[in-house]
Amino acid sequence: MKFLRKQLDKIAPNFEKGGKLEKWYPLYEAADSFMYTPGHSSKAGAHVRDGIDMKRLMMTVVIALIPATLMAFWNTGLQELRAIGTDTPGMIESILAGAWHFLPVYITTLAVGGLIEAIFAIVRKHEINEGFLVTSLLFPLILPPDIPLWQVGLGIAFGVLVGKEIFGGTGFNVLNPALTGRIFLFFAYPGQISGDNVWIANREGWTDGVSGTTALAQFYNGVAPEALTAPTGEVLTWWDYFIGWAPGSMGETSTLACLIGAAFLILSKVGSWRIMLSMFLGMVLTTLLFNAVAVNDYMRVGWQWHLVTGGFTFGMVFMATDPVSAASTNTGRWIYGFMIGALTVLVRVFNPAYPEGVMLAIIFMNVFAPTIDYYVVKANIKRREQRLELQ
Amino acid sequence: MSNSKKILIDPLHINNPITLQVLGICSALAVTTKLEIAFVMAGALTFVMTSSNVIISLLRNKIPPSIRIITQLAVIASLVIIADQVLAAFVYQASKQLSVFVGLIITNCIVMGRAEAFAMANPPGPSAIDGLGNSLGYSLILIVVAFFRELFGSGNIMGFEIMPTVNNGGWYNPNGIMVLSPGAFFIIGFIIWIQRWISPSMQEETN
Repeated sequence: MKFLRKQLDKIAPNFEKGGKLEKWYPLYEAADSFMYTPGHSSKAGAHVRDGIDMKRLMMTVVIALIPATLMAFWNTGLQELRAIGTDTPGMIESILAGAWHFLPVYITTLAVGGLIEAIFAIVRKHEINEGFLVTSLLFPLILPPDIPLWQVGLGIAFGVLVGKEIFGGTGFNVLNPALTGRIFLFFAYPGQISGDNVWIANREGWTDGVSGTTALAQFYNGVAPEALTAPTGEVLTWWDYFIGWAPGSMGETSTLACLIGAAFLILSKVGSWRIMLSMFLGMVLTTLLFNAVAVNDYMRVGWQWHLVTGGFTFGMVFMATDPVSAASTNTGRWIYGFMIGALTVLVRVFNPAYPEGVMLAIIFMNVFAPTIDYYVVKANIKRREQRLELQ
Repeated sequence: MSNSKKILIDPLHINNPITLQVLGICSALAVTTKLEIAFVMAGALTFVMTSSNVIISLLRNKIPPSIRIITQLAVIASLVIIADQVLAAFVYQASKQLSVFVGLIITNCIVMGRAEAFAMANPPGPSAIDGLGNSLGYSLILIVVAFFRELFGSGNIMGFEIMPTVNNGGWYNPNGIMVLSPGAFFIIGFIIWIQRWISPSMQEETN
């Protein structure tokens, strides 16, 4: 490791002020802080309560994503091997098959998104932000395994550019960049990101994917939760969906893996438990309301099924809690999360065009988060003024 | 002369009715899926706006201030009806695709805005140039947006195949978002971004 440090120090003068590669400082800085803890400290009187910085914050989220990523490898491979006829594919075999689909998508995301990040860092003369590590891992996890790579590149480019850089980069983004990328692909190329044929990988080509109807599509067609079937025809139980053995976007099928990530995020105080809990409550209460007044089969589906099917838990744990695009007052977080949960069920049950509602609900509430915060703050000011009898 | 040049040139870039004044957005989203339609719409608007500016400027000393809006509306509405009938007579297909949007030129804020803000206070000559300049600024954005929407949304330009689509046995996979109105929003957004990058004077002051 000393060797690496020495090499980095040796080339450092080139990138500092006055050096011939001064312009490329963000690239050097990114490589340096990726491998070593930055040595600089704040110069003004700092009141540090915790040494947490952007790097640690983002790494915590990456660590929380590890279970979901492993399940993405495993389940993507498993679904594919089952679909082509292997009865009980082994774990290693499945993970390798899954990696074959996940890694190209991940590498494309890193390359295209990273390039745009680097260009903006150089033009705007700031450091390359660690936030992209999370965006670039979240993005492949919410894509179907069969997505063409050029769409991956286009999607992440749009997500980083329109979702983040236009507004001024990390910390200023109104929308979640990974979700912005997905929503762009969803509306631009619906054929490769929705429907029945994209949820199971198929190496032969993406136009003739194996049919793997998702649970949500089956619900819409009036299938009762107890009768949900896998593409091979066998009945899938609630536990199958909870653990994640069902077709879907690569990283979101496993509720269990997402909940492990949730526990880690809540314990490390990086993710907001208020958002997660209120989103869960919003979903449960809306579903109970629908159950009570049900006029069709979908309205009778219980909340425990809404929890484990589709991307609900993944959205709840990793997407809605994005600290930048979510509401940032505590009262605001309750409202924000609750509305996401309620809207998700609303879209799922009533809109035939969009089987899954989590993505749309989160983006929609992202847009409203600043307004919610604004009124929460205003209400607080008013309350205090009244207490002091200023009004 | 430099003044009339300024009246003509300003609305093209630094005082563009769509990208700076953010007027006429409705039709810029609705009629820009095909380049040909955008051209027809741009022509109709140029005719209506230039003529209405001239007529209102000629009448400006006769119009009582209390009923000036209704008078302007009467002039613009008559011109819109003429434009609509001419289109229906000579380019029927395009007129059918434009449907209500030619009629809706009457509610286009740019036409009313220029009549109220410029023609009511200036002689016919400059008013004509102002109407022409603003409609050219509008047309420019409309045509640029329609160019990209038709190219990426259906692989065509003016109905000619540029990039053969997958459905027709080619290689291009049409971008669905470009056919939807949000596509126009994104393109207008990018145009505003580029314009403000070229002329920083267009940026609002940050507070």
